[in-house]
Amino acid sequence: MKKQVLNLFALIMLLAAIGCSSDKSEPAAAGGDAAAKPKSMVSDEPDPLENKGVGPITSVELSATVDQAMADKGKVVYEKMCMACHKPTEKFIGPAPKGILDRRSPEWVMNMILNPEQMVKEDPIAKKLLMEFNGSPMANQHLTQEEARQVLEYFRTL
Amino acid sequence: MKNHSNLLSNLMLAAMVGFVFLLSSCGKASQGTTSGALSGNAASKVYVAPGQHDEFYAFMSGGFSGQIAAYGLPSGRLLKVIPIFSVDPEKGYGFNEETKPLLNTSHGFIPWDDAHHPALSQTNGETDGRWIFINGNNTPRLARIDLTTFETAEILEIPNSGGNHSSPYLTQNTEYVVAGTRFSVPIPQKDVAISSYAENFKGALSFVKVEPTTGRMNIEFQVLMPGLNFDLASSGKGPSHGWTFFTSYNSEMKNSLLEVNASQNDKDFVAAVNWKKAEEYLKAGKAKDFPANYMHNVYSDETHSATSTAMKSVKVLIPSECPGLVYLLPTPKSPHGVDVDPTGEYIVCSGKLSADITAHSFPKMLKAIEEKAFDGDISGVPIIKFESVLGGTVKEPGLGPLHTEFDGKGNAYTSFFISSEIVKWKVGTWEVIDRQPTYYSIGHLMVPGGNSMKPEGKYVVALNKITKDRYLPTGPELTQSAQLYAIDGDKMELLLDFPTIGEPHYAQGISAEKIKPKSKQFFKLSENKHPYVTPTEKDAKVVREGNNVHVYMTMIRSHFNPDNIEGIRVGDKVYFHVTNLEQDYDVPHGFAVMGATNAELLIMPGQTETLLWEPKKEGVYPMYCTDFCSALHQEMQGYIRVSPASSATALKWWLGEEKPVQ
Repeated sequence: MKKQVLNLFALIMLLAAIGCSSDKSEPAAAGGDAAAKPKSMVSDEPDPLENKGVGPITSVELSATVDQAMADKGKVVYEKMCMACHKPTEKFIGPAPKGILDRRSPEWVMNMILNPEQMVKEDPIAKKLLMEFNGSPMANQHLTQEEARQVLEYFRTL
Repeated sequence: MKNHSNLLSNLMLAAMVGFVFLLSSCGKASQGTTSGALSGNAASKVYVAPGQHDEFYAFMSGGFSGQIAAYGLPSGRLLKVIPIFSVDPEKGYGFNEETKPLLNTSHGFIPWDDAHHPALSQTNGETDGRWIFINGNNTPRLARIDLTTFETAEILEIPNSGGNHSSPYLTQNTEYVVAGTRFSVPIPQKDVAISSYAENFKGALSFVKVEPTTGRMNIEFQVLMPGLNFDLASSGKGPSHGWTFFTSYNSEMKNSLLEVNASQNDKDFVAAVNWKKAEEYLKAGKAKDFPANYMHNVYSDETHSATSTAMKSVKVLIPSECPGLVYLLPTPKSPHGVDVDPTGEYIVCSGKLSADITAHSFPKMLKAIEEKAFDGDISGVPIIKFESVLGGTVKEPGLGPLHTEFDGKGNAYTSFFISSEIVKWKVGTWEVIDRQPTYYSIGHLMVPGGNSMKPEGKYVVALNKITKDRYLPTGPELTQSAQLYAIDGDKMELLLDFPTIGEPHYAQGISAEKIKPKSKQFFKLSENKHPYVTPTEKDAKVVREGNNVHVYMTMIRSHFNPDNIEGIRVGDKVYFHVTNLEQDYDVPHGFAVMGATNAELLIMPGQTETLLWEPKKEGVYPMYCTDFCSALHQEMQGYIRVSPASSATALKWWLGEEKPVQ
């Protein structure tokens, strides 16, 4: 008897739910491993120099030598928009950009500037960095793609 | 066993309830139970799902709160309280150095007013979502709120006025907002016996020009009327564009016991002002310059600061010297609301003490003027014969009519204070179609766009004066109540009660789509022209100028720069000029320092605000961020060391590592 009632309950709820089936279904929220692992390297992580991150930038061409004019513009943008948290050559609120291209792909760097909210949720390296830097979020300072590219060029001079 | 079967029946019941609930939430329930005035599906009509937006913004005046509250309709959700005439410590409004000038008047800094009638700007007779204006009743003022920021952009004091009640009631292209005085006063003000009212007191009707691109206000002219009490106003539209109509009471011109003495005459007057004619007289040099003291306060989104300018004169037109400028329309009895219908043909007047609603006809008025169908004059202002201007009468629709709104389908909705109801009637045939009770004692009512040429006639909101038992009691002082009715069917249908802030008088409503896309997300740092901006952390510093200390401080998740300051002395005036370096949506930071006698700062991204702090005792004082900004919000804090007035403690500041004296 009890089982029948429970089945009936389930059936009624199912019918009612079907009645609502015109509602658009939302895609499931991104994965549940929010609790990031400790700092130790995990072998199945992507090669940081190949990983382009998540965001609008899929490919960046770097010239053989630094474009100094572009880097100068990038320095101005960097000092206005980034310096509150990133000193060029030493760890501060966030990591220092010196030598960043030895550690990351240029696309990853620009995506981290342009799309930090999604990066710290979805990109394995950015997720780890968020925890390493005390959960202090990378602020989206709404640089244009052009400005982010200039900042990247400036990083090459550090 | 018995318990067991009870459990089973309970489960059955739960299943059935769940079934009904789920069906209802799909909006498919055809008929529910009727409870009082509510029909069963009212809830689904006001339900806005979590994360979804309302269809309309509603802007409710706060009355004696001095503010406007923005709500979503149909949900009745409160979105923001916009501080205008009253200080607001929550936002630092009127407490930070930047907004203090907005509250300057010729009487000094005034932290409060009584705000009654919001008016959305219009283009071609339609709300355009650029600005909302509102009157300050007590110390006569007009304010303009920018609807990209939902912040007060300008406050203009109105001179020669004794209470700015018939205001702003703007014209169809926002050429003018008007400001008619409730109290007549000596103009210019002087020390005279109150009993010399009839001889010395005048009523000024001000026409404030609005610059079409910036919205900046300027008193273009005042019409010096006899000593009537101007109550409400409505500007013409379509064919009647160019005219503004003001109701008045106290045609008896008494100055005491008005509830008796100003209720003697069967008819009072609507003053019809031809402002296009006034412009001609102005051009022809007919205006007189009257000395006047009033303040004009303007806020800039570039400097994030307001400035006050003392104004010294106004241009005044005297009706007896300007034929055709203004006429009086006799109107029964002690008329309160005046509302021009969307076609611009009828001027609907609600005589508080009249059994009927009186609608004057604009074409008939023009004809009467042409034929000089006058019945004498007051101080040179012709009185048009009542019969010559009367367009129609709604016979005995209820008790105590106050205000009328329109739905754009030929229907009018009038509020009745004494009989506590909304009555729907047909413009032109004057027949009553429907009536619904309000809970209780409705004042104004509002249809989105219902005072414009293009009403969005889906809802009417009743703004009630008395709440009594409608909500959980909160001691002697109760919230005021708004009620939402659907008016898209033949019958009005009560959908929702929701509390409001202060006492709502009039309100305005507008399709959310006219405002939403233009809403500002943050201020660009590169456009910040505040004189004390700290554009980067490199520029953070502390500067002493005698006893004034200027702290150029930045904030970003999650630190201040500097966050340690030494060398402040008792007796100093410390100005914290704090710049929020964030350039993202919804990342404000707050700033508070112990012992501050004003309030906090609440600083939007890209903005600079200043808090004045005058420490009275030596010691080390904490400061911190008040608006939860990140996981490390609690760490966003610092110290200020205050030394005795005579001390030689060096002025130092730093973030992270202590730096030598700079």
